Parts: sequence; structure tokens; C-alpha cells
Amino acid sequence: MSSAPEDPRYARQAPRRPLRLSWADERVRNLFWQVLVVGLVGGAIYWLWSNTVHNLEVRRIATGFDFLGREAGLPIAESLIPYDPSMTYLRALTVGVLNTLKVAVVGIVLATILGTFLGIARLSRNWLVAKLAYWYVEVVRDLPLLLQLLFWYALLQGLPGPRQALNPIEGVYLSNRGLKLPFFVWEAAHSWALLAFALGVVATLLYRRAMRARQMRDGAPRRVWPFALLAMLGAPLAVWAAMGAPFTPDVPVLRGFNFRGGVDVSPEFFALLLGLTLYTAGFIAEIVRAGILSVHQGQWEAAQALGLPRGRVMNLVVLPQALRVIIPPMTSQFLNITKNSSLAVAIGYQDIVSIANTTLNQTGQAIEGIAIIMLVYLTISLSISLFMNWYNAKIALVER
Amino acid sequence: MQPILRHLTAATAVALGLATALPAAAQAPAPAQAPAAAAPANTLDAIRARGTLICGVNTGLAGFALPDSQGVWRGFDVDYCRAVAIALFNDANRVRFVPTTAQVRFTALQSGEVDMLSRNTTWTFSRDTSLGFDFTGINFYDGQGFMVKRSLGVQNARQLDGATICVQPGTTTEQNLADWARGNRINIRPVVIERLEDNIAAYNAGRCDAYTTDVSGLAAIRAVQSNPNDHVILPDVISKEPLGPLVRHGDQRFADLLRWIHFGLLTAEEFGITSQNVQQALANDPRPEVQRLLGRTGDLGRMLGVDNAWMANIIRGLGNYAEIFDRNLTPIGLQRGRNALWTQPGGLQYSPPFR
Repeated sequence: MSSAPEDPRYARQAPRRPLRLSWADERVRNLFWQVLVVGLVGGAIYWLWSNTVHNLEVRRIATGFDFLGREAGLPIAESLIPYDPSMTYLRALTVGVLNTLKVAVVGIVLATILGTFLGIARLSRNWLVAKLAYWYVEVVRDLPLLLQLLFWYALLQGLPGPRQALNPIEGVYLSNRGLKLPFFVWEAAHSWALLAFALGVVATLLYRRAMRARQMRDGAPRRVWPFALLAMLGAPLAVWAAMGAPFTPDVPVLRGFNFRGGVDVSPEFFALLLGLTLYTAGFIAEIVRAGILSVHQGQWEAAQALGLPRGRVMNLVVLPQALRVIIPPMTSQFLNITKNSSLAVAIGYQDIVSIANTTLNQTGQAIEGIAIIMLVYLTISLSISLFMNWYNAKIALVER
Repeated sequence: MQPILRHLTAATAVALGLATALPAAAQAPAPAQAPAAAAPANTLDAIRARGTLICGVNTGLAGFALPDSQGVWRGFDVDYCRAVAIALFNDANRVRFVPTTAQVRFTALQSGEVDMLSRNTTWTFSRDTSLGFDFTGINFYDGQGFMVKRSLGVQNARQLDGATICVQPGTTTEQNLADWARGNRINIRPVVIERLEDNIAAYNAGRCDAYTTDVSGLAAIRAVQSNPNDHVILPDVISKEPLGPLVRHGDQRFADLLRWIHFGLLTAEEFGITSQNVQQALANDPRPEVQRLLGRTGDLGRMLGVDNAWMANIIRGLGNYAEIFDRNLTPIGLQRGRNALWTQPGGLQYSPPFR
């Protein structure tokens, strides 16, 4: 505020008059309307709240979040953390949140990759490729997502049963119970190797930045890949080997009703992922296409005049500029994937909505249940928005 | 900038004062504001004023609640809704049926979207207490079982170790399944799909080895399969499932009506009053309890706040308990079993006296 007097705009302001309690005074009128609006909104909120509390009391419906500590007793088919029905509702809801995140994160990555390829394909000079991408986008965008999910789920159920499972490669089984893949028994050495890999990624990024800085000084390009290979592949392998290189294969075998061992991708998860990815990729393709078209033709011509091949023109000149147009609408698509994942309940994937619905049904505490669902989506959505806004600011045109 | 800021602070302060002062003025007519909300305190009066009963039923379960080819709702649970409509309006058609899934049924009743639920709902402790409902009796004694494809060769439920089982979310069935598996140290993998039809489609497609719900529900589902003999209902019954209509807590008069309609249907069966002979019985049945039941003497109907001929009208329109059972549940292969009158061996259906 101390800078206000120096600002020439303030210097031109009319001299302040004392507040007169009259309708003629604009400030009094402004104050009146503001008080009225805020009062009405506040009153309406209070009325809704007190009414709700009153009605809940009259009906003797339990309120509060005590139920979170009670035993859930509901079975959950797939979980990223250990869970059994003797655990609490809080644990069950956590499992639900993680299931939502799982499908949203994988969906966002896959839809972005597929959508980018489709967007580029739509601009391809190859007539067939461009037309195929065009029709894909048109068909996928025009059909309701729920219908597509039910379609994929029905299609996956049409696969043979576990006893007649398709067996394309040794150890891989595809049946109406899902996709079974061979894995190995996870031991401490594998966790350490994973940690080494993560450190390798960080080291590679730092190395690349340092190399870029040197290139800026003398203009000579430097190779990053030998270091990347060493840090991201060599180091984890060395850690794994140093700890005795444990490897016990865990191959799925048919026992009783189903396969035991290995890892599986359930039809519910797969149908949801497939539906979300294919649907959203259609929208992303259009965003990417719009982004590329927004880059002036002159940029293409200038880059080609420098002798860059078409692929490098795209990677080095066009896409970085297109990103500025692409990122903001992309945020909406990422949010859409996350929110659309709540359709999971229709095909039996136990996400947060499914589990919270069951919880509110078993405990009768609908308001609390809905509040939890809203809080979870709000948190996830705001996190995505924050990250994307940060990224957007980072890649924004730096004016010099 | 400063004046604007000051305005805003002042506005907020006054608004806060208003928001807290306003209710003080509104506190006096507090009971009056309740009817303006989702559901009035007296549902019975609201139904009368509206002229139709809004009854929450299953989304489609043969024998219990399923629209026929003309779109008319038919079934055991549906008949209980119609009985209430007859008692109130002497018209079995003044009911609007609201299909509710297992997951939304309780919220629908709590919020006042429906007046009552007649929807294969199990009477449990927590539903009667913390969910804010009143169960009005048990019109069907049931228990949870399993249905499997005959080709699977499973003889009893304990052989289901490692099986994938389809179950509807938000039901006692879902929790019983988890309890049973834990209690018997059996591993099961649930598949929970909200809509009954989608759930059964998943079972039929072989996504699940077994489908679990109340035995009555299994019979209903099996009856409408393209070839019922391809499916077996296993002999094990893993739980008690007392089913009956329910209303919101605090609806005592409405609950009384529902409770005594059920007892009236049982008493009618006990005394052999049917839709065929009710007219005759009304004219010249010498038994005093029958005369009171049908409203020829006494004023039991008026005590409930309905027409004195309420039970006579219900029996004329729908029949007694046995007729309702035979019309709806016998065709899907259900036996009377525990739902026989207490005078039969093993029967549990018992009515207090009409006096």
C-alpha cells in the first residue's frame, strides 16, 4: 500500500469525501447491496444446514465420521494395499481412492500417448492414415462413454472361460477372468533395485541439464544416452546382482476355479482403462491437431530451410510451440478422465465411488459418504490443475 | 484499494451478523420449516394429500417386483404396496412404483423420495437403529444361498474355495459373503456390479463361478434363465434374511398400518377367508374375529385411521397371504417352507389377535 501514492492512477482519483448516510452516496448504495447479497447467501446456507441437522435428528439418523473406524466387512476384489473385510471403513475407502488413482494415472498416460499419435496422424500426408484417424475421432467422440464401457466389458466377458483360456505365449493366459501374466516373487533386492532406478532417473535428468548448459556455452551437442543407460539400467542391475540376484518365477497355473500365481489384470479394470483411454484419446487428438495447426506455416518453412528433416522439425520446432496451445485444454481432459472413472460402478470396478456408495448404504450416512466422494475428487482435481498450471507456466513463451 | 477493502470487510461482518441473527427470528417457526424440507413428519397425511402412494421396489426381480408385458408392476412386494393403496384409497392402482437399486434404496427412503420400501430388504440391527428406519414385520423369511452352473459340478458351498462370486453391492449379501468366507477360511473373489441385470449378465457370461443372494432371489433369477435346469441352487443357506417393508423412523401410524395389513393377510389365511369368499364371509361369517377383521363389527379400521372395510377391500382385491404367495412366488419355484402359517409344521408366520 505504501507504493499507492506514487502510482499516478491514484493521484488522479477524486478527493475522498466523508461517508454520508444517504442513498445518494454511491458508497452507501454499494455497501447496501453487498450486505444484502452476502446476507442472503449466508442465510440460505445456514437455513439448509440447520434444516438438515433438524431432520437428521428427528429421524434419528446417525451423523459424524465415527463409522470410519468401524469394521467394514465388505469384500474388495482388487487392492494396491493389503486389505481384508475385517479392516475399517477408512481402510476400505483408502483402497477405493488408490483404485481411482490407479486407473486415472494409467489412463492419463495412455490417452496422452495415443491422442498425440492420432492428432499427428490426422495431419499426415498419407491419405489412409489421415482418414482412419479422422473416423476414429468422429466415432469415439460421438458415443456416450458409459455405452463404450459396457461394450468393452461385454466384449471381455465374451472371452473363453479359464479352463479354455487363450494362451498366446507360454505363461500368459487371456480368459473372461482377465489377463494373467507371469511375474517373479518380489523380494527386498527388487525394491532396492527399483530405488536405484529412481535415483538413476533423477541423476540422468541432472546430467542432461548440465550437458545442455555446456552446449549453450560452446554450441557442441553432447551425448546423454551412455550416461542414461549406465544410471537407469546398469546401477539397478548392479544392486540386484550384489544382493544375490534373486529370481523365482511365479507363473500362473490353473487350479480349481481360476488361475493362481502371477499377476492379473481384471476385466473390470481393463474395460474401464480401455474405455477411458480410447474415449479421451479422441478429444486429445483434436487438441494436439489444433496445437500443431496453430504454429505458423512460416516456422515449418524456416526450419526446413535450415535443412532439418520433417521429423525433427516436428520434434524440435513445432511441438514445443504447439504445447503452449495444447496444455490448457489438456488439463480439462485429464480432469475428465479422473471424473469419468467414477462410471466404474456400472462395470464392477471398485473405485472410490463404488466403495463410498456401499459404505453410505451400509451405514446410512449419505451426507458424510457424498462429502467424502466430493473431497476426494476435489483433491485429485485440484492437484492435477496445480501441476498442469505449474507446467504451463514453465513452458510458456519466455519473452526476452 | 483501501476503501474497497474496508467495504468488503464491513459487508462481510454485517452479513455474518445477519446469518446468525436471521435464524434467531426463524427459530420460532422451526417445526413449520420441516415440512418444507424433503419429507414431512407425517407421511400418512402427505400420501393422502398427494392421492398416491410412492413405493420403492426392486428394479426387476421375478416374483417380487417386475413389470409385465403391459408395463404393470407385478409381484409379492408390489402387492404389499397395492394393499396399502387399497387401505388408503380403496384403489390398488394409486401407487407410483419407484425402482431402486440395492445401493440407492436407503437414501431414497431417508430423503423422502419414496414413502416406503417394499423391496426384499433384510431387517438388521443397524438398519433399524442408526439408519433411521422402522421395519414393520417379516413378510418373507429368507436366507442367503448360492447358484452355480450345473456344468461346474459343485455340490455344496464349501467347494467354492477360490471361486469368483458375483454379488450386488450395498446388500447384507455382500457382507454375509465376506463373513462366511472369513469364518470358513475360504478364499473368494467378489465381482460387484450395481445393476442386477448387469450382474446376472456377468454370471451368465462366465465372469463368475457363482451368484449369491437370498434364496428367494436366486429362485427368481433361475426361473427367468433361458434354461433354468442348467443352474443349481446349492443346499447351503449361510444367513438369516428376514425380509419386510420398512418406513422412516417416526412414522409410527404409517408403520402400524403396514404391520397390521401383513397380520390381516395372515389372519385371513388362518380363518380361510379368500378373495373368492370374502363377500360371503362379510355377510354371514359367525366368527367374531373374522367380523372384526372385515370391519362388520368394531372399528379396528378407524383406529388405524383408514376405512373400516380396509381388510375386506384388500382381500377382495389381492387375496390373503396364501393367495399372494401362490400367485407370485409359487410360479418361480418357491415353497412355503418357513413362510407357512405357524399352525403348519415349521411355519413361522404368526399374527397377533385382531381385537
